[in-house]
Amino acid sequence: MSPEIIISCNHLTVAYEDKLALEDVTFDIHRNEFWGILGPNGSGKTTLLKSMLGLVAPVSGSIRVLGVAPANLGPLRDKIGYVPQHSQVDFNFPLQVREMVLLGRCRKMGLGKRAKKEDYEAVDKALERVEMSAFARRQIGRLSGGERQRALIARALALEPEIMLLDEPTAALDVGVTEGFYEWLNHMHSQLHMTLVLVSHDVGVVSQFVSAIACLNKTLVAHGRPAEVLNQESLEQMYGCEVMLFQHGRVPHMVVPSPAHQHEHQHH
Amino acid sequence: MDLLQYAFMQRAILSAAIIGTVCAAIGVYVVLRSMSFIGAGIAHASFAGVSLGFLLGVNPFFTTIVFCVGTAWGIAFLSERRKVHEDSAVGIFFASTMALGILLIGLMKGYNVDLFGYLFGNILAVSSNDLLISLIIAALVIGCIWFFYKEFLLLTFDPEMARVTGLKTKMLNLLMMTLMAVTIVISIKSVGIVLVSALIVTPAASAYLLSTDFKNMMLLAILFGVGSSWMGLLLSVWFNLASGATIVMVATLVFFVCYFMAAHRRRHKFSGRTRS
Repeated sequence: MSPEIIISCNHLTVAYEDKLALEDVTFDIHRNEFWGILGPNGSGKTTLLKSMLGLVAPVSGSIRVLGVAPANLGPLRDKIGYVPQHSQVDFNFPLQVREMVLLGRCRKMGLGKRAKKEDYEAVDKALERVEMSAFARRQIGRLSGGERQRALIARALALEPEIMLLDEPTAALDVGVTEGFYEWLNHMHSQLHMTLVLVSHDVGVVSQFVSAIACLNKTLVAHGRPAEVLNQESLEQMYGCEVMLFQHGRVPHMVVPSPAHQHEHQHH
Repeated sequence: MDLLQYAFMQRAILSAAIIGTVCAAIGVYVVLRSMSFIGAGIAHASFAGVSLGFLLGVNPFFTTIVFCVGTAWGIAFLSERRKVHEDSAVGIFFASTMALGILLIGLMKGYNVDLFGYLFGNILAVSSNDLLISLIIAALVIGCIWFFYKEFLLLTFDPEMARVTGLKTKMLNLLMMTLMAVTIVISIKSVGIVLVSALIVTPAASAYLLSTDFKNMMLLAILFGVGSSWMGLLLSVWFNLASGATIVMVATLVFFVCYFMAAHRRRHKFSGRTRS
């Protein structure tokens, strides 16, 4: 028996005003999988994530998260942790790490209710999980890029979610620590038995760690296990140009535009 | 301190405390959400309300509250659609409600009413009726801030996350705008239409410079708000100055002191870092 379907897109089409952002996307994400949604800028990756969160509605087709349309999730929302892009969050805000992580449970605590012992316990556990307990009392603006990222992940973990959605989690990290971050995320995934979905344009690094990928360029170019999906053809379709793959083993490690393509570009 | 024996002075001191508290508390959200222009816009909308009140011969409080809350909702509605930028929406309401106020004044036979008092405020002219109304409304505003503490905090800090977690962000936003509007209404008699936005923005902006946590910022803002109001009131009585203007000048002075303290603290921190 195959594991339970957690997120299911069925001919999903999304548009902003009259501009198409996603077209006819169909695929399923199963419980405990670790998905990388890959694609160039403007390919609709973030839109797909926002659809899963119910922040944008489909114009046609459908999306189901935990069996229901995201806009109607209701209390099921507590099963979803969301880690936004760095730039979405105002780190100059007068807020300490522990308070920020507690806000992840805002709805769960109930309207107008104050935090209880169990809320603080969940927060401290989340901080421990991301190795940030020592920073609990620090103002969020005084954290480094990597620490900010982990604090945002702790905020999502504070809900003890079944699904975690991450939007470009390495956008604010230095190249040197990106790989380490994914290793850490992979380790956390194997410990917590969560369904992880992350959006990235970083094809090379992400595909080393995830269990499945979806390549987007408005439409779904390809999806499945990295080794099966990442080939010359699908990548060229995704980026809309000729590419070169550098690989050790079966998964491409680095993808660059082919010299012929770069040459062409310089002449334009 | 013979002054304290006068009823008008007692009322002024109480009024300064109420307004200083409630303006500063709302101001924390206004500053953190960069809504200070909205505050100024709503305050100016009250001019139309005051004029209409005089024209109809009713207590301007009631007409003003209609205009201010209406403007707050209008701004929220227009900018929600995203067809109109928020600051354009404010600009439109700002000017049109002032224009309406001027037209309404024109309709009055000779106007001998104290419009100047409403424009620039006179805290010594606050009646016990005014005081009672502002006490009730201030209690409601503070009560809402108390009840929706974490919801307002998340909405201010990260509105997208607030939506994702399933908070009713539109309702909360409208509530916050309404609280801001009624805060302005109860303050204009004391500090004036033109100056009220300073009492909202300045203490909170001062507190922001010195705070690393939200509760601190809120308490510090209230301390600055009440402190500036009392200090301003005292100075205005001693030196026979306009009360609203004096209060605003004291709050501004506090702001610059905080600004230089924060700058000094930052410099100190960096010089310490290079040494270690």
